[in-house]
Amino acid sequence: MKAEKKGFLANEGFQSVLASFLCILVGILFGYIVLLLINGEGANKAILAILKNFMTYPSRAAQMKYLGNTLVKTAPLLMCALSVQFCYKAGLFNIGVAGQYVAGAGMCLYAALIWKLPWFLCVPFAMLAGAALAAVTGFLKAYRNVNEVISGIMLNWITLYSVNMLLSPAKEVSSPYTVQVASTNPSALIPSMGLGSLFSKNKYVTIAIPLSILCALLIWIVLNKTVFGYELRATGLNKDAAKYSGMKEKKNTILTLMIGGALAGMGASFLYLSGYEQWSCTQSSVPGMGFNGIAATFLGGLHPIGTVFSSYFIQHITSGGSFLDKAVYPSQISDLISSIIIYLCGFVLFFKTFLNSRLSARQDAGRKGGSGK
Amino acid sequence: MTAEMEKTMEHMEPGSQPYAIEMLHITKRFPGIIANDDITLQLRKGEIHALLGENGAGKSTLMSVLFGLYQAEEGSIKKDGKEVRIQNPNDANDLGIGMVHQHFKLVHCFTVLDNIILGVESTRNGLLEKKEARRRVAALSEKYGLKVDLDAMVEDITVGMQQRTEILKMLYRDNEILIFDEPTAVLTPAEIDDLMLIMKSLAKEGKSILFISHKLNEIMSVADRCTVLRRGKYIGTVDIKDTTREELSRMMVGRDVQLEVEKNESRPGKEILKVSNMSVASKMHKNNAVKNVSFTVRAGEIVCIAGIDGNGQRELVYGLSGLEPLAGGQIFLNGKDITHASIRERSVLGMSHIPEDRHKHGLVLDYSLEYNLILQGYFKQQFRSRMGFLKRPDIRAYANKLIEQYDVRSGQGAVSQVRSMSGGNQQKAIIAREIDKEPDLLIAVQPTRGLDVGAIEYIHKKLLAQRDAGRAVLLISLELEEVLSVSDRILVMYEGEIVGEFDPRKTNREELGLYMAGAKKQDPGRRSGTGINQEGGPSHES
Ligand SMILES: Nc1ncnc2c1ncn2[C@@H]1O[C@H](COP(=O)(O)OP(=O)(O)OP(=O)(O)O)[C@@H](O)[C@H]1O
Ligand SMILES: [Mg+2]
Repeated sequence: MKAEKKGFLANEGFQSVLASFLCILVGILFGYIVLLLINGEGANKAILAILKNFMTYPSRAAQMKYLGNTLVKTAPLLMCALSVQFCYKAGLFNIGVAGQYVAGAGMCLYAALIWKLPWFLCVPFAMLAGAALAAVTGFLKAYRNVNEVISGIMLNWITLYSVNMLLSPAKEVSSPYTVQVASTNPSALIPSMGLGSLFSKNKYVTIAIPLSILCALLIWIVLNKTVFGYELRATGLNKDAAKYSGMKEKKNTILTLMIGGALAGMGASFLYLSGYEQWSCTQSSVPGMGFNGIAATFLGGLHPIGTVFSSYFIQHITSGGSFLDKAVYPSQISDLISSIIIYLCGFVLFFKTFLNSRLSARQDAGRKGGSGK
Repeated sequence: MTAEMEKTMEHMEPGSQPYAIEMLHITKRFPGIIANDDITLQLRKGEIHALLGENGAGKSTLMSVLFGLYQAEEGSIKKDGKEVRIQNPNDANDLGIGMVHQHFKLVHCFTVLDNIILGVESTRNGLLEKKEARRRVAALSEKYGLKVDLDAMVEDITVGMQQRTEILKMLYRDNEILIFDEPTAVLTPAEIDDLMLIMKSLAKEGKSILFISHKLNEIMSVADRCTVLRRGKYIGTVDIKDTTREELSRMMVGRDVQLEVEKNESRPGKEILKVSNMSVASKMHKNNAVKNVSFTVRAGEIVCIAGIDGNGQRELVYGLSGLEPLAGGQIFLNGKDITHASIRERSVLGMSHIPEDRHKHGLVLDYSLEYNLILQGYFKQQFRSRMGFLKRPDIRAYANKLIEQYDVRSGQGAVSQVRSMSGGNQQKAIIAREIDKEPDLLIAVQPTRGLDVGAIEYIHKKLLAQRDAGRAVLLISLELEEVLSVSDRILVMYEGEIVGEFDPRKTNREELGLYMAGAKKQDPGRRSGTGINQEGGPSHES
């Protein structure tokens, strides 16, 4: 029986899930302590508010509506997470995902607001922009051996300011925000196809959400079932063996990053073409979506399906932050909690090693106890 | 305390020799396999104890248990008669147990010196105190004749030098129980002789040595006793002076093994590989590692490149296989110029390559066995559907065929992770993959490195079968015995040049040794190395 128990605990997939849950738990606990430190009285209520997110509302209709809002932002997050994951499997750390996301946002809004293109053209443009940016990183990596992390980070900033500039012609007169897609070019809005009505007529809920989940499935299939995935993972696991077997390392590096960039760009279009958010042409920090994607990918155990859930969770508590009593707590507290969880993601691996060593030690002890004196 | 104990031990009678280490009734299971099944091993103080067994018999596993890398499910370990618990390598280190692993554990982007002192660095005012360390390492290296370049990056040095680095690392830590997991697999004959002397002198100094090797003559020459394992089970422990090579191999394999290679006359046909004036740059120094080398390999012959490790063999193979570009010269395969062809093109045109370093190039360790077996063919129709999907059932069937045919042993068959397989079985997987491609030219670098006698017998037969089927084989080997018994023609390489060509039937170890050491050199004009003159050469029959 003991052996069975070990067999279960020793299961790789189960360990990942367990580790992720532990991260979440510790993250929440830590966040709670911070809340206590800021203001002891409201802490209980506050942490509940964050966790409850849309469930704070009493009516079911309102709940559904705000669940919809969380989902709207989960879709781009998931896409960014998939982008990071896809590259990671090929041994590339795509920190440039944040910039690729920005490029996607800039391009899809430009196509929608200036060129007045319909959504099914705007989305591919966003993907192209993300891919083009990632290709720069890819070329530098493949032909100049420039670390993708360094060139990625630098491109993030270059892209941010370029997009600010690019979109200023589409800016509202009295605010730094771009004009609304819904009023300027409704054809650029991603269609809802009746999904919105499931969420109390939330007009931001579009087919982008199921599309992003479909992408997760596709990524899983590409990585695990195709020859391309075989090459990618082989390259990620052992570059020298990949070279020895004649795989085109340079081509694969560039191609992988381009696909990653396309995913991130697509994610951006999922958000900005739902009409939920407008781009602020004066923003001076790279949107956190890409970086959160890195966290979601690791929290999801580097598995596309796990990432669907982890992306939702991260978005859930991030949205939950808006239910805090702003008078008492800064709304960044939910960002803090998610960043703690992100920080703890490295802990997933540590936890697995720890669990395994505990398992064998316990077995050892059991044996000693049983056979000894 | 240890010094005192050593003294008392010296006074003991040989009969009542105490045990330095006792591993009693050790059982260690892995998914699908019992790697160690109730194994007992007793290591006497100051003895050299050999551990012998087929690939996958469980030798490395047993040593890993002693070194704290694995925890046994059953059994106990005693040091100097006292039961100890070794839960990790640090515990082992505290008990004075050191290990040279079958697959080295060096940090590739560190220098040799940094690797040796890693973890036991001495510091002064918080700064690394390397001078003293360098002096000590140099002294050890001098004392034991372990030649290393202390300032070279590990990634640039030969496997042989990596091995020596590992040994120095262990000696640097003053361990008294030394585990050598197949240390000689990668050494040259001369180096092996040196190592044997080193081990003997270490044993004389009172250190106790566990020594794993597949080479029976080494065991016969150096060990005091030998424990034999077979498929995870303990077969017996024998005194070397009362046994023979034949008996040992019978104990180990369970049948009589043919230790000599039997082969018939080779019938060379057309030229398959032609190399003319090939030069390859070196990563270690500014000069070329391969200098203006020309030779041919014909269908139906096994040409062997002999030489001491580090004389350009590696770069030669890199140049041939396309892993490194040439600095000059040309390569022809079946008459086609492949000088600038990509690795994949060469492979598709009929070149197979069993690489020197199985972990670096030969395998994706975290892939399953079946995925590794298709590493050179995954892109072919056989395994790839039109839509670009992997044909999993076909891959599985193919893998099972090779596993069966080449007797690749592992815990879970085709789905075993290659990292979990024994070194010899990893090697067998590569050989299966490369030979099954039925290449026109097979470049085999140390193909039998780390294989047991039974497997070596099988691989040699396979190489000869390749030859007899009219294929060309280029064998790069450091082992003179293999060179002399398998090849049809021997080229000796020294400092990047081919310095002699020999007929294995008309030469001997001593003569080859002189050329390998650079003491003698043939006149290039008189060799048939250019391939134009097939019968020429001083030691060729005509
Ligand atoms: N970490 C592991 N996980 C699963 N199976 C393992 C693991 N390590 C070893 N094994 C299995 O245990 C068996 C014994 O392996 P081991 O490495 O001890 O063999 P060995 O005697 O050293 O062989 P070789 O001469 O080839 O090095 C092999 O069948 C191997 O597949
Ligand atoms: Mg081994």
